[in-house]
Amino acid sequence: MNDSFLFAVLLLAPIFGFLFNGLRFKNKNYKLAGAVASVAIGVSFICSVVLVIKLVAMPEASRAIHVHFYNWIEVAGFNANAAFVVDQISAIMILVITGVGLLIHIFSIGYMSHDDRPSKYFAYLNLFIFNMLLLVLGDNLLIMFVGWEGVGLCSYLLIGFWFTDQEKAAAGMKAFIVNRIGDAGFLLGIFFLYVQFSTIEFSSLNTLATDLAASGPLGWSHPLVLACICLFVGACGKSAQIPLYVWLPDAMAGPTPVSALIHAATMVTAGVYMIVRLSFVYMAAPQVMTIIAVVGGLTAFFAATIGMTQWDIKKILAYSTVSQLGYMFLGVGVGAFMPAMFHLMTHAFFKALMFLGSGSVIHAMGEEQDIRKMGALKKAMPITSATFTLGWLAIIGVPGFSGFFSKDEILWFTYASTQGSKWLWVVGVLGAGMTAFYMTRLMCLVFWGKSRVPEGTHPHESPASMTFPLIVLGVLSVVGGWIGIPHVISAILPGHPPNILGHWLEPALATANLITTSAVVEWSLMGISVSVVAISGYFAYTAYIVKTDIPEKCVKAFPRLHGLVLNKYLIDELYFGRIINPLIDISKGLWVYVDVNFVDKLTYIASDFVKSIGRLFGSLQNGNLQQYAMYIAIGVVVMLSFILMG
Amino acid sequence: MNLLSVITFLPILFALVVWFLPNEKHVRPVSLGLSIVHFFVSIVLLVKFDISSAGLQFVEQTPWVQSAGISYFLGVDGISIWLVILTTFLTPITILGGWTSIQKKTRGFHVSIFVLATTMIGTFLAMDAILFYVFFEASLIPMYFIIGIWGGKNKIYAATKFFIYTMLGSVFMLLSIITLMVLAEGQLGQMSSSLLDFYKLDLNFLPGQFLSTQTLLFFGFALAFAIKVPLFPFHTWLPDAHVQAPTPGSVILAGVMLKMGTYGLLRFCLPLFPEATAEWGWIFLALGVVGIIYGALVAMVQPDMKKLVAYSSVSHMGYVVMGLFTLNAHGLTGSIFQMLSHGISTGALFLLVGMIYERTHSREIKEYGGLAVVAPIFSIFFIIVTLSSIAVPMTNGFVGEYLILMGTFMVNKAYAILAVTGVVLGACYMLWMVKKVFFGPPGKLIKDFQGKNLDLNKTEVMTLLPVVVLIFWMGLFPGHFIKYTKASVDHMINAKQGYYLKIEGRQKKVATIKYKSTRVTR
Repeated sequence: MNDSFLFAVLLLAPIFGFLFNGLRFKNKNYKLAGAVASVAIGVSFICSVVLVIKLVAMPEASRAIHVHFYNWIEVAGFNANAAFVVDQISAIMILVITGVGLLIHIFSIGYMSHDDRPSKYFAYLNLFIFNMLLLVLGDNLLIMFVGWEGVGLCSYLLIGFWFTDQEKAAAGMKAFIVNRIGDAGFLLGIFFLYVQFSTIEFSSLNTLATDLAASGPLGWSHPLVLACICLFVGACGKSAQIPLYVWLPDAMAGPTPVSALIHAATMVTAGVYMIVRLSFVYMAAPQVMTIIAVVGGLTAFFAATIGMTQWDIKKILAYSTVSQLGYMFLGVGVGAFMPAMFHLMTHAFFKALMFLGSGSVIHAMGEEQDIRKMGALKKAMPITSATFTLGWLAIIGVPGFSGFFSKDEILWFTYASTQGSKWLWVVGVLGAGMTAFYMTRLMCLVFWGKSRVPEGTHPHESPASMTFPLIVLGVLSVVGGWIGIPHVISAILPGHPPNILGHWLEPALATANLITTSAVVEWSLMGISVSVVAISGYFAYTAYIVKTDIPEKCVKAFPRLHGLVLNKYLIDELYFGRIINPLIDISKGLWVYVDVNFVDKLTYIASDFVKSIGRLFGSLQNGNLQQYAMYIAIGVVVMLSFILMG
Repeated sequence: MNLLSVITFLPILFALVVWFLPNEKHVRPVSLGLSIVHFFVSIVLLVKFDISSAGLQFVEQTPWVQSAGISYFLGVDGISIWLVILTTFLTPITILGGWTSIQKKTRGFHVSIFVLATTMIGTFLAMDAILFYVFFEASLIPMYFIIGIWGGKNKIYAATKFFIYTMLGSVFMLLSIITLMVLAEGQLGQMSSSLLDFYKLDLNFLPGQFLSTQTLLFFGFALAFAIKVPLFPFHTWLPDAHVQAPTPGSVILAGVMLKMGTYGLLRFCLPLFPEATAEWGWIFLALGVVGIIYGALVAMVQPDMKKLVAYSSVSHMGYVVMGLFTLNAHGLTGSIFQMLSHGISTGALFLLVGMIYERTHSREIKEYGGLAVVAPIFSIFFIIVTLSSIAVPMTNGFVGEYLILMGTFMVNKAYAILAVTGVVLGACYMLWMVKKVFFGPPGKLIKDFQGKNLDLNKTEVMTLLPVVVLIFWMGLFPGHFIKYTKASVDHMINAKQGYYLKIEGRQKKVATIKYKSTRVTR
């Protein structure tokens, strides 16, 4: 089949779904709306699979399918084409987006069955998929930016989907505005790169940056370095990194499948994807990569601490997402682009699974999200519980499950790469320990232990349309990691399974050099991190199932620290107190004192002056504008005659 | 008769038709029909326009006052063509916007609208400075009436402020024009007010000094246009004028009249005074940046929807001025594009605010809330236009803003970095308004109007539909629009010091060859 046609169908199928449901947005037939939306994504998924098959058939060195639709913006040498590319990197992304997206669409049919406006919901969801595909398929930075802003818009619309609730509407607005701060950085990044290289196409940028870096290290003020910083600001906004992560926990106000799709599996990983896309450009700016690694490590750590104290099931998962995204940034920051992509993929599986699982729980509990009111749901919801358990094993990194391979690979690079550091590795391992703690805590309080379900609530297993996606994602959470088994492990496995993902991505990515490459060190580091996870998980199990008074005691021992963490380090309060409110006060001051009482007053003085002259011709001033108009006409004529005479 | 004269004076003919229409009930539909006819006539211009030429096309020149070299001189090029189309496009929309809101003196209202259309188109097409001045000034009169007769409570105050402000600027412009005419007599041996002759003048310029001919003339023109734009700090007439103006008045004011200022800067200041522009342009870049941020900050704390949109105009027009003074193709193209898209999206915003005001008689943001539940179609349109206003990609707002910012970045990184904050602030004030008005629990007004239909009717949907189509058309296929301006913009950039305009026509072939050869040598 023709490539352009495939691309067109891939991109336009979701748009068709969006228009179909968008134009009948008042319709309440959730089955029809959901079916059309799911079929649209299904078509996109098939196109993606066909494209990837085509890609596999191509020779390894030139694996990329480019299509060019038209010249979008073309001004004086600046060219932003509506051009798209599927290569090794975007191939993974489109499979994840359309594949996981399809499952989440199917899940949504059941989840939104009681909602008033299912058509609108599915329209937004399809629009999101379209924009996400633009983002990952764009052949240049500006097309990526189009998708980048587009997914932000859909996120805004979906977070505020139940907009009659003031808080939910506010959460949507917050998400958009914080993302816009990042977008402003992204724009500046594009400008810096364009001024430096006169192109915004990815492949040219990567080649030119490599050439530039070959001629020696670049200083901080070099446009390329500044571009990398600006683009990273963009990534911080979209991927919820310190200091712009504040919108993501609030974004949980949206419907739960949205949290799974947008705020876990796809959109929030866009920042990682962008940096991976520009891996050669970032390799030319190692100082920026250090910043990224530190920001990523700190985000992974601090988000995990907050996650340990939360009571809202979705908030825990949200902070967990922020933390896992931190790992991905830690990865790209130390030059582990392949492991970062790997973790992006496995995280998409197990986090989407857990969000959908939490959706299933919330649905069953009658919109209850407080884990203190749950417990022992294993019996009532066996499928949800079983699949959630798989997600839990994957995220905490139990050997053999997907999260283990990808997270361990990132930690290994953090330790061994020339860009890495042992301290960052320690931070990463501590974060992994805390992840094991809060996820085990979640399992204990929701699925295991004694039931604390309030009377009158009768949790039940969700319908098949909801459990089917859970099962598929559960399987992927286990086997998803098997395509990227690192060499050191496969060496001892029977048959030595190859690192398929690593080979696949290798030609498209830059890779950092590793200082230490000893199998013994690698095994012992792996042993340490797995032990930390095991101890921490066991401790959580003891604290929440066996001796349930331990958490109380801990809180009492460190009341101030606990309060600080529980209140998310008061970051929101800080932003409001120090930035937003002062800005509003300044604006009010500008309006009242500068605009109304200064600039405008000046004009009165000027007009008084004119009036005092005008008094000489007082009789002419009678407030009748028709006469004024006549005077203007006369004035023009007089002046003209003056010119004529002269 | 020449096409440009037809496009310019057809509305005057329509005004007469409307004036002598026997039945006042027919005024509205007849006016609408005629304005649509006018729009299609103007489309002929677009079809026949030669996009490869940077010269003046469809030129019409007849002596008016021969001894002073004043002529009736019309012509169109890539800089003005879209502004003419914008005017003819917005006129029917304006008439629809006043369909129910204008209740008294309908006949007079529509006559004013048509006269206004003629003066605005004349301003964009006049290639003679005096003719330009006459149109530029004459446009004040119908606008004064529109605000002063059909306006709100403080209409006389606002209308007079608007009038005096603009008049004040114009005085300096007239003086500058006369000076140029006298200079033309000295240098060319014959007094002339033709812009083409002005471009040939050699104007004395002393770098770093304010008191040189070129600098003084530059500021003489620039002041008049800065007030019209309005550029910070000459903007305070705008919020008053907008708040008091009736909906159609606001639409035309924001949609077209403000562009007369930026058009003037582009037609007069940049090519006539290249050295002064290069020397003093930074002031306008800086004022543009200040305008972007200041307008956005003040918009953020407005309690009145219309005032918020008015201040957002100050911010958006700041982008346009900034883009013009980048003096590169990206900035200029972006500015011309932004003029169009601002005209469309801000015009639509005023239209929308007017539509809801007609129902609730309130523009207080805090009295709303939860409007999206009772008026879903209205909300969809409002949010689409909001997206265009905050420059979300794939809408028209993005293309202009992006090109302007990039152009600015290429000449001055600091200004661009400051201006980029406007991207964030724009989202803040618009989304804040959207949240307060449409989302949340039902507010006081919504409760008051419970059970009544607040949503748009068919006429209103038909009014907004063309706007929405254009928003996406311009956003997805900006090339369709940019290709008309390209030749003129390139010419202006390349011919910086010795700007000239060729008249296209019989000697067309020669002209193009000459034009090409000049480009090669540069």
